[in-house]
Amino acid sequence: MEKVLTDVLVIGGGLAGERAAVEAAMRGCDVTVISLIPARRSHSCAAQGGMQAALGNTAKAEGDSVDVHFNDTVKGSDWGADQDRIRLFVEAMPQVVRQMDHWGVPWNRVVPGKFTFHKRGQKHEAEDRQEKAGLITQRDFGGVSYWRCAYTADGTGHTLLYTMDNVAAKFGVKIHDRVEAVALIHDGQNCLGAVVRDLRDGSLRPYLAKATVIATGGFGRIYGKSTNAIQNEGTGCIIAQDTGLVPLGNMEAIQFHPTALVPVWILITEGCRGDGGYLLDRDNHRFMADYEPEKQELASRDVVSRRMIQHIRAGKGVEGPYGQHLWLDIRHLGRRHLETRLREVTDICRHFIGVDPLTEPVPVLPTQHYSMGGVRTDIDCAAYGLRGLYAAGEAGCWDMHGFNRLGGNSLAETLVTGWIAGTKLCDYIEKDFDAAFAPKLIEEAVRAQQARIDGLIKGGGDENVYQLRKEMEDALLDNVHIFRNGPQLEKAVNELKDLHARSRKLKLESHGKWANPELSMALKLPGMIRLALSIAYGGLKRTESRGSHYREDFPARDDQNWLKRTLAYWKQPDDELPTLEYEAPVITESPPGSRGYGESQVIPAEGKK
Amino acid sequence: MAQRRLQLEIYRYDPNDPQTAPRMDRFEIDEEPMMNLFTVLTRIREEQDPSLMFDFSCRAAVCGSCGMLINGKPQLACQTLTQTLPKKTTLHPLPVFRHVGDLGVDTGTWFRTMYENIGSWVHTEEEFDPQAIEQRLPNDLMLEIYELERCIECGCCVAACGTANVRDDFVGAVTVNRLARFMIDPRDQRTNLQYYDVMGTDDGIFGCMGLLGCDDICPKEIPLQKTLAMVRRKMAMTGLKGK
Repeated sequence: MEKVLTDVLVIGGGLAGERAAVEAAMRGCDVTVISLIPARRSHSCAAQGGMQAALGNTAKAEGDSVDVHFNDTVKGSDWGADQDRIRLFVEAMPQVVRQMDHWGVPWNRVVPGKFTFHKRGQKHEAEDRQEKAGLITQRDFGGVSYWRCAYTADGTGHTLLYTMDNVAAKFGVKIHDRVEAVALIHDGQNCLGAVVRDLRDGSLRPYLAKATVIATGGFGRIYGKSTNAIQNEGTGCIIAQDTGLVPLGNMEAIQFHPTALVPVWILITEGCRGDGGYLLDRDNHRFMADYEPEKQELASRDVVSRRMIQHIRAGKGVEGPYGQHLWLDIRHLGRRHLETRLREVTDICRHFIGVDPLTEPVPVLPTQHYSMGGVRTDIDCAAYGLRGLYAAGEAGCWDMHGFNRLGGNSLAETLVTGWIAGTKLCDYIEKDFDAAFAPKLIEEAVRAQQARIDGLIKGGGDENVYQLRKEMEDALLDNVHIFRNGPQLEKAVNELKDLHARSRKLKLESHGKWANPELSMALKLPGMIRLALSIAYGGLKRTESRGSHYREDFPARDDQNWLKRTLAYWKQPDDELPTLEYEAPVITESPPGSRGYGESQVIPAEGKK
Repeated sequence: MAQRRLQLEIYRYDPNDPQTAPRMDRFEIDEEPMMNLFTVLTRIREEQDPSLMFDFSCRAAVCGSCGMLINGKPQLACQTLTQTLPKKTTLHPLPVFRHVGDLGVDTGTWFRTMYENIGSWVHTEEEFDPQAIEQRLPNDLMLEIYELERCIECGCCVAACGTANVRDDFVGAVTVNRLARFMIDPRDQRTNLQYYDVMGTDDGIFGCMGLLGCDDICPKEIPLQKTLAMVRRKMAMTGLKGK
């Protein structure tokens, strides 16, 4: 059997994975990144708006500091995050942005002089100082106190990923693309790599590593309608949960982005509203000013998405061929702004729905966008449950986002957690690694996956792969969305339980040989349904509203009973439901309080008012 | 708009199965408003032939996965609306790149080799100083770099290149554009002579026949004609001044 031996295996070639790989390679490790697709095509490249770092360069950032960034992030998380991580994160960010600049990112810069901007429906003026000329400039974003988001036009993810991939090539990181990890290899205590399927010829081979990083991004595709790229199916989370030992944290915390393009569900950056764009209803009325007088269009994403749906429910939505939607209006920002700083957005609207945002408003609707949950790790990005296993970026639940991530904090997190994971796994390999690569264990791990493949090709089941997948998507879309309630969550759990049972009897319509795409889907579908169950069941049990998790039947944030993180284990393969455990978030500096936006009903923890 | 029944003829071949000859398969699908080829191909796979191989990732024209020949022209499938197509459309994989299966080609290996050959990163002797603030740079220059950096490596320009189609060793417009991005970046300390070593050759900029198919089809409208001219002039001058 052909094997790949490496010091470090990184599963996922996006920003987080490559940042971890580069750190380990700089420390002298032999590093292999595996990716479903060429690394530069990873979903990181689709991030538009920018990343948050308290640089304080532009006039509108004067007064900003890492402490303000800390408080904005804690409020955004609705106090669900680990504050020790947030502190580490905000302190690291200015350096992280500057390191990416050193490596070649063409960040937009401060141009001294007067400039105008739109906010709260008004035109304002400010002046950038001469002494800041040529430093990295920043834009406004949702849920923040100052302009803090460093950017390259609206292609920030693209320039970051390309730069990171350049650096990976420079440091000799090996990249194997068109392969997929289908199981982790472990001995019950140590992670030893993964069983990997080649998507060129369908063959399996073990990748053996002293340390393994899961950096596979989010799992938005299980919702069907999502801004996520199509490979964001949660494979890293699936193979971690499948060990029975590694829990997934806060899976019910799902972010819905206020502005996805109808009907293709492509992200339209929050930078549009940061730069002064408005949300309008059927009467061309700026309704966000009614609901959120202070933050208006720039409240946190969970709040804006809820207000939009609330407004549509009040009969103010616009009728379109794909149901109701609302408008995003950026016409007043002008041609130069749209064709430079919002160029990708402008192109996307023109090419995909034939709407020119310079002359027409853009149809938008809140859509699944980000997974706050993922592989639960400690502050070193080391996964709970297995030594030598790490997670970084959206795939992980390091947990600086709690129940709602702020815009611009995710690109930022990929680089911070990638850096930390890369550093800490090197320490682990140098000082603590002590495990054997037992040939029998490895052969057994490969054999188990080959048996699944052979079983699917041999047939015997009667369930259609794509039909089942559609039913899974509908269960989530209909019942586990922006507004949730007990009966609907229960319905989703029951439907998904049934789908999980049926997913054991899949029948391929095609031959299933080699790189067959139907087989690929059949291999991961049961795991995707387990992720869906972890979301729905975690949401059903959480009888409160916090951040993006909003229960119509429990509208208050309940700090008395629910100031805690859900950990979803799948202990036995035959289990019908995940086993849920809970732990308290780390609160070091900021006790639970008011966010200053949103619905703000709170049941305080005992002894506090 | 009266609803059309679209006809698609799609190239089918799996290199894992060399016994089965390449063929064109025909599919039909009902057109919908704002339908693009991502929707069409996904639906064909899910409802008609689950073995059909093709590549998508972002489906928003930013990742470069879905370059293919659409009625003979290299384009991104995701941003091709069916309303711009005739009733009958043929789809082939991009030429030049190694074939993976049906509409899928191996751009990953091609581009990775390119990065290594030209040293596709900022070459500098300066160490990163974590305590220092960033280098001051003019915003206009950053916009100029971004204009070239916007390339998504879809490979359409290589597929449309007269030279690349007949010569395996020609680097293609995408490579020239990539190196140009570093040439105008003051953070990169390479000299023109060093650039000349990788680009001042017959398989580099001097292999370009100036047909500019690349510039015509680039789905991101990167200014390739201008960039090719800039690099050619720079390399010619460097060559003249002598090594």
